[in-house]
Amino acid sequence: MIPPRKQTPRPLSAAEAIARAAASHPSRPAAPVIPEAARLAASAYPSSITYLDLIRRNKRESALLVAAMIALGVLLGALIGGALGPYVQGINETRRGFQALYTVPAGGAADEMLEHYATTLDDNRERVDSAPLRVLGADTGVYRDLAVLLPSILTGAGVALVASSLAAAWAWFSGSSAILAMSGAIPISHSDDPQLFNVVDEMRIAAGLPMPRVYIINDSALNAFATGRDPEHAAIAVTRGLRERLTRDQLQAVVAHEMAHIRHYDIRFAMLMATMVGLIVFACDAFLRIAFRGGAVHGHGRSRRRDRAPVGGFAIILLVLALVLSIIAPLLARIIQFAYSRQREYLADAGAVELTRNPQALADALAVIADDPDPMVDTANRGTAHLFIVNPLRKMARAHQSLDTIFSSHPPIQKRIARLLALMR
Amino acid sequence: MNLAPSLIIALVIAAFLAAVALFVIVIYNGLVRKRIDCDNAWAQIDVQLKRRYDLIPNLVETVKGYAAHERETLEAVIQARTRAVAVASDAQHAAQKAEAEGFLTQALGRLFALSEAYPQLKADKNFGALQEELTSTENKIGFARQHYNDTVARYETSRQTFPSSVVAGAFNFQKREYFELKDAAVREAPKVAF
Repeated sequence: MIPPRKQTPRPLSAAEAIARAAASHPSRPAAPVIPEAARLAASAYPSSITYLDLIRRNKRESALLVAAMIALGVLLGALIGGALGPYVQGINETRRGFQALYTVPAGGAADEMLEHYATTLDDNRERVDSAPLRVLGADTGVYRDLAVLLPSILTGAGVALVASSLAAAWAWFSGSSAILAMSGAIPISHSDDPQLFNVVDEMRIAAGLPMPRVYIINDSALNAFATGRDPEHAAIAVTRGLRERLTRDQLQAVVAHEMAHIRHYDIRFAMLMATMVGLIVFACDAFLRIAFRGGAVHGHGRSRRRDRAPVGGFAIILLVLALVLSIIAPLLARIIQFAYSRQREYLADAGAVELTRNPQALADALAVIADDPDPMVDTANRGTAHLFIVNPLRKMARAHQSLDTIFSSHPPIQKRIARLLALMR
Repeated sequence: MNLAPSLIIALVIAAFLAAVALFVIVIYNGLVRKRIDCDNAWAQIDVQLKRRYDLIPNLVETVKGYAAHERETLEAVIQARTRAVAVASDAQHAAQKAEAEGFLTQALGRLFALSEAYPQLKADKNFGALQEELTSTENKIGFARQHYNDTVARYETSRQTFPSSVVAGAFNFQKREYFELKDAAVREAPKVAF
């Protein structure tokens, strides 16, 4: 008989359902049992909570996180700009000094750029020292420094904005194919795996979306991810292990989770976020290298300055701030990214329930995935880990299932199961 | 500059009318968009229903090869299919269509229950593939119906709530029917207590 779409109206205990599923698939290893702690955690949620509430709340907080990320990037750019400004000027003055001494012929595009930059700073200093600003007290102390450094700060912030937009544009057009290629995902068609294809088709119909491309990753771990810039350019990839070890209902639940990522445009946010984090890490690293090797810290450039000091104490404060921030920023960026990623996972779990109306199947699927003895996906890395349904990098599977730290890219599986069970009451 | 009071009044009225017109245009476009969504969602159901009609003759032929004497069950499936095909397939006839489809689902259910008694039939590769396709099509009809009903709910909410109800009435936006299966066994599904 055609099994009608499995939607359990009676809230079965998860352990019961998993035991039943295991009985019908004797080849699979013993099914995990959801611990008592998870069931207790489930009772902590108010029973009136709906998936719509979860979606609304998660979306709002996610938007805040993205704004914070952009602000952090621009702040970092401004500080780096401010800190490197005098250094660049230092080089320039050295260069001009050499030119004067040895009459080095000037010319070339780079030379003109440096010349222009130095002129701008000089002009600016003169403007600051001129009458109107003197009246305002801008010629003394930090105000003068700030005014002198303002162009550098603005340049830094501007460069940061432009760089992050360029990176976002790259992610927009070729991010998903890069991610799929990196993960070794192979595209399949309906005839390769009719059931998997049908399950994806069912879920995209439930979401009212176009059919995404379907990929298989040849790995025995149980995992899956979705990527793309919008539902029209989306792809879903599942591992061979997941395909082999889940029942049809459980597979459907996992695909529904990925479809929810697509539907909520999480895939776009995740891609942009990953690019931005990568950029911040790169910028900070580059700055630290320049600062320590190039001499901004040891004062190579500054010591060869001629008579007029371009900036005073403020520049040093700025330099120290920039150094501290460029050590902290990559860490902070990752923490923000992970917080955002954890929320997206809860959101997608809720979205999956909206599509299948069957929280039990997803809870079961997560329980089976949590029991995977070899959960590491070989082709996953720190850049792509947050895309997967469960963290593909966790080395100590057991510990990470119940641990919830600011450095986790995913919420602990037991907590996710608890929230799903809360939806069923 | 001294404007005549009548000119000021005329300007205020004109501004007010412009604001109202803009308001009506926005609501009207919203309603049209939601109505198009309903049509698209219905088309999705329709595609899956047609696919089921296409799969059934194949299935009947395959089953006949192993269990030709189960004529009654086979004919019931064929009849239910013919009846379902006969009902016009548009959103206006959603209720009748749903009823006919309910009968077809029941007949198919009996056919698959019957197949349990024929191990050779169950082992047939072609039958296995057809069963997966029909199960999936059944699911797709269910999910397409779920999506259609959600879409209709959004349309009906706009159509019936103030102030868009005024615009809907003025431009004669028709009521859309939910696609509800009459058969209790099929309908039992989404009663999840959130």
